[in-house]
Amino acid sequence: MSKVRLLVGTRKGAFILTSDGTRKQWDVSDPHFAGWEMYHLKGSPVEPSRIYASQTSSWFGQIIQRSDDGGKTWHQPGTPPGEPTTTPDGMPKGESNKFVYDTSPETGKPLTTHQHYDGTQRPWEFKRVWHLEPSLTDPDTVYAGIEDAALFRSSNGGQTWQELSGLRDVKGSLWQPGAGGMCLHTIVQDQSNPRRIYIAISAAGAFRTDDGGMTWRAINRGLKSKYELPDSDAEVGHCVHRIAMHPTHPNVLFMQKHWDVMRSDDAGESWYEISGNLPTDFGFPIDVHAHEPETVYVVPIKSDSEHFPPDGKLRVYRSRTGGNEWEALTNGLPQRDCYVNVLRDAMAVDSLDPCGIYFGTSGGQVYGSADAGDSWTPIVRDLPAVLSVEVQTLP
Amino acid sequence: MIRVVLPAHLRTLARVDSEVRLDVKGEITQRAILDALEARYPMLQGTIRDHGTLKRRAFVRFFACEQDLSHDSPDAPLPDAVATGAEPFLILGAMAGG
Repeated sequence: MSKVRLLVGTRKGAFILTSDGTRKQWDVSDPHFAGWEMYHLKGSPVEPSRIYASQTSSWFGQIIQRSDDGGKTWHQPGTPPGEPTTTPDGMPKGESNKFVYDTSPETGKPLTTHQHYDGTQRPWEFKRVWHLEPSLTDPDTVYAGIEDAALFRSSNGGQTWQELSGLRDVKGSLWQPGAGGMCLHTIVQDQSNPRRIYIAISAAGAFRTDDGGMTWRAINRGLKSKYELPDSDAEVGHCVHRIAMHPTHPNVLFMQKHWDVMRSDDAGESWYEISGNLPTDFGFPIDVHAHEPETVYVVPIKSDSEHFPPDGKLRVYRSRTGGNEWEALTNGLPQRDCYVNVLRDAMAVDSLDPCGIYFGTSGGQVYGSADAGDSWTPIVRDLPAVLSVEVQTLP
Repeated sequence: MIRVVLPAHLRTLARVDSEVRLDVKGEITQRAILDALEARYPMLQGTIRDHGTLKRRAFVRFFACEQDLSHDSPDAPLPDAVATGAEPFLILGAMAGG
């Protein structure tokens, strides 16, 4: 029977939740990396026992961890336990947390600056890894979305990282941090075209490469940010919160923006709004059913300053029509006095039939549905605040 | 032999369970100790000082001999008691919250 493994990142450690394919009984691990902020964990699609994790701390900075046995043991790539910690030349191997932005080859100075909150220009400064996206085809290749916003790639299992700095050529001087920081949080690979990758940045917008990351362009036509930008349909500057794609419909993208739920049918060339009858179109996560490309899920949040569900009712909304017509999914979710948030990386779908859906909250609950959202049960109620949820469907 | 005490999270990363003893050549300064520490425990690179600039991370503190040395020059000589191993060089996470 198939198994399901949830990788849950929280403010104070990571947890691995496992179940068989019925998804009724769950085992919850002890905390991994207890006390550290675990922004994101994700397994390789081609080698599921390989899991990459972003471990971070305001005190001690960024650590990259990797497991090659499904999360039982972990090591910093390049520094496995028991092996020499230096190369034969005596050089330290500990570079898996070294994210150094490209500089001008002529001057050695920063390539560009970005806007700060006060309108001044600041050089890029590394803060943390928000998101790790393993390659669809190579277990040693993994992308990292970081703050300050940039995309890095490792081709050696996370031992060393190189920036794909062409991204910052797309009006990088106009990007600016949102309230949560200027972070690259979404990385979506096109299964049908290995050279095409989408990324999203708060608060810069959505971008696409068609040449494997060398060159990029903004794909924000149709986005409107009338309360956030002086030019509401500017080329860059939009606060995109999350993009989702169904692998069999790679030209169709769904987006949860700061405000507005959006859709593109042409690989991001243009977007149109599909918020329809949602009680509010603010939110963070968005995801697509594993077997129904027109079935989409969001979690509406009251507003940009009130990060909790409207009316104290935790409701996932599902559209079976690719947007505009939404139904509230409430069975098993708290329908009074609930004031938690669900962050952008904290929702995931498995690939079983029926499709399972999972999300984690700022209150430390992880909810699961084994019937595509019709009913929900709390898998665990009292974790630290949940930052991310990923799911692996295992044979 | 220089004695270095790491905070709990960094002891976990370095896989040590007590204070670290380092053979440091030349003048005993913060930089010399940190260079030696990172060479022996490369997994600590980037956790105490920035990978690129080698500046102390904002929420890391250096204490020794009941003094806060965090704001001293990384190239300033450390107290003799640290250099002789009589006292440890303490690396701490800054106090946070209330």
